[in-house]
Amino acid sequence: MEKKRAYSLNFIIGAVITGVMLVLILTGFIHTPYDITKMDSTAKLAAPSLEHLMGCDNFGRDIFSRVLKGMGNTFTIAVATVAIGAVCGVLIGAFTGYFGGWLDEVLMRINDVVFAFPSILLALVFVSIFGTGKYNVVAALGIAFIPSFARIVRGEFIKYKDMDYVKSARLAGVPKLRIIFVHILPNTMPVLMSSIMIGFNNAVLAEAGMSYLGIGVQPPDASLGSMLSESQTYLFSAPWYAAFPGLMIILMVLGFSLLADGNTKRV
Amino acid sequence: MKYIGKKLATMLITLLGISFLVYLAFDIIPGDAALAALGTDATPESLEALREQLGLNRPFLQRYFEWLFNFIRGDFGTSYKYHIPVADMIVSKLPITVIMAMLSFFIMVVISLPIGIYTAKHSGKWADHLIMTVNQVMMSVPHFFMGIMITYFFGLVLRLFTPGGFVSYETDFRGFLAYIIFPCIAIAIPKIAMSVKLLRSSCIEEAKKDYVRTAYSKGNNTNKVLYRHVLRNAIIPVVTLWGMTLADMLVGSIVIEQVFNIPGIGRILLTSISYRDYPVVETIIILIAFVVIVSNFCVDIIYQLIDPRISVQD
Repeated sequence: MEKKRAYSLNFIIGAVITGVMLVLILTGFIHTPYDITKMDSTAKLAAPSLEHLMGCDNFGRDIFSRVLKGMGNTFTIAVATVAIGAVCGVLIGAFTGYFGGWLDEVLMRINDVVFAFPSILLALVFVSIFGTGKYNVVAALGIAFIPSFARIVRGEFIKYKDMDYVKSARLAGVPKLRIIFVHILPNTMPVLMSSIMIGFNNAVLAEAGMSYLGIGVQPPDASLGSMLSESQTYLFSAPWYAAFPGLMIILMVLGFSLLADGNTKRV
Repeated sequence: MKYIGKKLATMLITLLGISFLVYLAFDIIPGDAALAALGTDATPESLEALREQLGLNRPFLQRYFEWLFNFIRGDFGTSYKYHIPVADMIVSKLPITVIMAMLSFFIMVVISLPIGIYTAKHSGKWADHLIMTVNQVMMSVPHFFMGIMITYFFGLVLRLFTPGGFVSYETDFRGFLAYIIFPCIAIAIPKIAMSVKLLRSSCIEEAKKDYVRTAYSKGNNTNKVLYRHVLRNAIIPVVTLWGMTLADMLVGSIVIEQVFNIPGIGRILLTSISYRDYPVVETIIILIAFVVIVSNFCVDIIYQLIDPRISVQD
């Protein structure tokens, strides 16, 4: 047997990156060095300096401030998306897995249909029907994420529902809802946690992609994806404009996936 | 055969389900198709006439089935914005997106296989550590940012291609390939990273099993054991991943088309969304969903060819 370390190196690096990111995001909520919509015509496309840590964009707005705000937007959207997906997915998965029957059959077929649909595509349908904007993106991505959670939780419930401890609880007359949420649900946590982490990363990437296409967070509000899209015109004269928002997306995803890796290995 | 039959039935049901849901979604949207087609200055009489002509006054299910039969025949309706058949708008663009997705898929398979096998064979050595570290970072890069970086380094610094200088496959197929190879690499890199990681861990996991020891004890060398025994089993989860990435690549190319200024399906889809040109949006979305589902079906079939143990129950 391999000697067990409490935390792998990956986990520690992931924790550090995620920690730094969270601090930056929190700072962005409370305070940004500059107003994110303030334009300074003397600083158009200024290079990174002590005054503007990441330089300025084509309107002379401070990129660092906008990156902080954009990270906050991406983060809240990702959290909301995963929350919708996880809560609905857990409920659907728990009931279908525990009770089975025709409802299970029907819901799982619907699940397959939604699952077969790429999440960005579903979001595009949503946006074309209800219009662009943050909340529509959250709703669309949230719905797109339900099937994967439902499927995982359902599998876990099918595994546990005939185990002895559940049978004895049933014989002791414990109500069904209590068996589902108090007896079985905690056992699904390890699996659920790692899929929440993977889901979070997918949400960050999906949100960035949607904002890049111009259908997520709307200007003048800042978002990492829309900054990347704007930066492309100035790629040659101001490569840092593209580099910093992109780097932040990478770090957010990298930190979390390292954490998720360390987490699954420990389970 | 029973397996294929069951998968085929599931696929057809899913296809029907998706087409129904999409049609329903676009049917209940706020706003009137006739009004959207004629504009706000239309007279009530002409609106009513167009509604009659479009069949909007008939019951929903009847309209759905008529639309479905037309769709199967290749009649996707008429664009509200350009007043030409949707099929004409899409037909010349579809090859661009499909070729891009296929080329990305090809790049992914060709590159990830050798790297995955190499890292599994040399696991624990420094080369493995280096590759896996790079790999982990690559997995976190969104493909459109990869596209921007490729544009910067290969397009602007090294000048290997002209950003925005897309060549149509109809005029110059080689020039077309020389341009789309860069977006395809951008789409492929994150997927390569994922498959390398999965293939490596899958190989290492398989190598611990008893049959590997048996194979060695019969006098096989490492390469023979790896290629004849381990890889055949280790590749199965990787094929699952590849099946799922096919869909991602198709959708990924919609996004990457914007990075590299390629006039493919993604461009039409996005402009149609902003013009609320629903027939076009509806058609493209259903077509993409069809391709995704059919490719999932193919993966299921390939699955059973690789591993006959997989049966209906799974």
